[in-house]
Amino acid sequence: MTQVAAPAAGPAPAAAAPRPAVPRRRRRGRAAPYLFVLPALLLFAAFKLYPIGWSFLLSLHRTVGGAETFVGADNYLRLAEDPLLWTALRNTLVILVVQVPLMLALATGLAVALDSTLLRGRPVFRLGFFLPMVTGLVAYGIVFSVLLNKDYGLVNWVFGRFGADPVPWLTDPMWARISLGLALTWHYTGYNAVILLARLQTVPRELYDAVAVDGGGALSAFRHVTLPGLRPALLLTTVLSTIGTLQLFDEPYVLTGGGPDNATLTIGVYLYQNAFTYFDFGYASAIAYALTVLVGLLGLIQFRLLGEKP
Amino acid sequence: MTARRARPRHPGRSLLLTSALGLALAVVVVPFYWLAVGATHSSAEIFDSPPPLLPGGHLGENLATLRETADFGRVVLNSLGIALVYTLLAGTVCTLAGYGFATYRFRGREALFGLLMLGLVVPAQITLVPLFKMMAELHWLNTYQAVVAPNLALPFGIFLMRQSMAALPQELLDSGRMDGCGELRLLWRVALPPMRPALAALALFLFLYQWNDFVWPLIVLRDDSAFTIPVALASLQGLDETDYGAILAGTSLAAVPMAVVFLALQRHFVSGLLAGAVKE
Repeated sequence: MTQVAAPAAGPAPAAAAPRPAVPRRRRRGRAAPYLFVLPALLLFAAFKLYPIGWSFLLSLHRTVGGAETFVGADNYLRLAEDPLLWTALRNTLVILVVQVPLMLALATGLAVALDSTLLRGRPVFRLGFFLPMVTGLVAYGIVFSVLLNKDYGLVNWVFGRFGADPVPWLTDPMWARISLGLALTWHYTGYNAVILLARLQTVPRELYDAVAVDGGGALSAFRHVTLPGLRPALLLTTVLSTIGTLQLFDEPYVLTGGGPDNATLTIGVYLYQNAFTYFDFGYASAIAYALTVLVGLLGLIQFRLLGEKP
Repeated sequence: MTARRARPRHPGRSLLLTSALGLALAVVVVPFYWLAVGATHSSAEIFDSPPPLLPGGHLGENLATLRETADFGRVVLNSLGIALVYTLLAGTVCTLAGYGFATYRFRGREALFGLLMLGLVVPAQITLVPLFKMMAELHWLNTYQAVVAPNLALPFGIFLMRQSMAALPQELLDSGRMDGCGELRLLWRVALPPMRPALAALALFLFLYQWNDFVWPLIVLRDDSAFTIPVALASLQGLDETDYGAILAGTSLAAVPMAVVFLALQRHFVSGLLAGAVKE
């Protein structure tokens, strides 16, 4: 994007009415960009930066009965010895390692299918797979919790038709994790597929033709053209999914409340519980900072692994 | 493009792929169908075996229950009002900022934009506690401004607008300036009209974001007469005797209109999101 600076440089219209326009306009022109971005910056500073700083101060205090006492690094030391935090961290990382790659592989396949000239009625499909993204988390949490009900849910009823025993989707620790993964996949696969699809459409068709001329099949076209073409979009979806997973709150909160037996307790849910169930703001803030460091680190690692500059 | 793709070369493989994807789509869409069906049944019928697969006759009853137990008319109005006001205000803030960042070169532009984008990376949870305390000190708890204000400068919205506005030809703006157009009028008269699809995408995104937002409203809204739909639904689910017919009716009330609006505006929405998401 080549932007021409100094808008007043052009020949000013020396119109009939003489205007002392140039110096005044230049001054106004200099202030204008700041005025445009000022509301956003002020709001951001007041409701984001200021709380971020405050959160750090809070993390150095302990809240007891509404009164705060300075405890230094105590909350951070407590993190290391908190078994529930480690449970939450492990659960979150399991989702990150299992669900996210599966979902992104699925999304890649879906994007390729949606891009394929063999597919009929592509607009309908693109729309349909994107639809879950529009649904609010509470809404789909409720729908899933009823659909997956062990005794009365539709899913187990269908399974029963095929002679399967009822699955304790939300009440058994392992199945609760699987349910959470399924719900996340249902919600975000289409969204990721649409991002990948947009990138895919910028890949020159000639490259596919070249592979075909060289006698390569569909698989080699996928490996040598599709995947390299998708790389920037894959990086984006990976990083977005990682950030989203590390902060994961709504789904486990609504679907399982973090249970059963803390099987679906995520860092986000645990942080929320500490802050708004136990009102231990200091400890909750320490968790939040630990989470930020984790998000930053994982983001950096991913950029490195995928070979892009952050 | 359409001409090239009009006639599939392999009808057999085409049919196979289309039906396979159709099956997958059916699985994705079933919850929507089932939600709409569930809304028309009583709680007892929903947990019948076999579960109801066709619409029943209890929709009116469920809606009446909602009105009595959760003051749902009020809740819907809260949600609508909050989402509309938020869309308007946040839309203005994001559009102004996006325009400023996209069309001017000024000292500190990259640094300030980077600062705003930090908001995408820092976990939202980190600000929850201090923001809650801030709202308490401002005596804003239970007010609509507490729900709306903190997210007005939404980084993603600013990002979206900057991406779209970067496509504005500088010459167009310059010629407007030469005609003596003020900077704000320039935005309104010259820059915004061709931006209509991007603005539609932004508006839809902001509306959806606020309409579905759960955690923050849950934290600042304590009084059920101020509840938004997600908060009210979650509170209904927590009751001892959960009336799922009523809850599903409420959920449909929240989800189905959004799906319809989305379907109507999806062309703008998806392309607008993509403009923001893929270009670097």
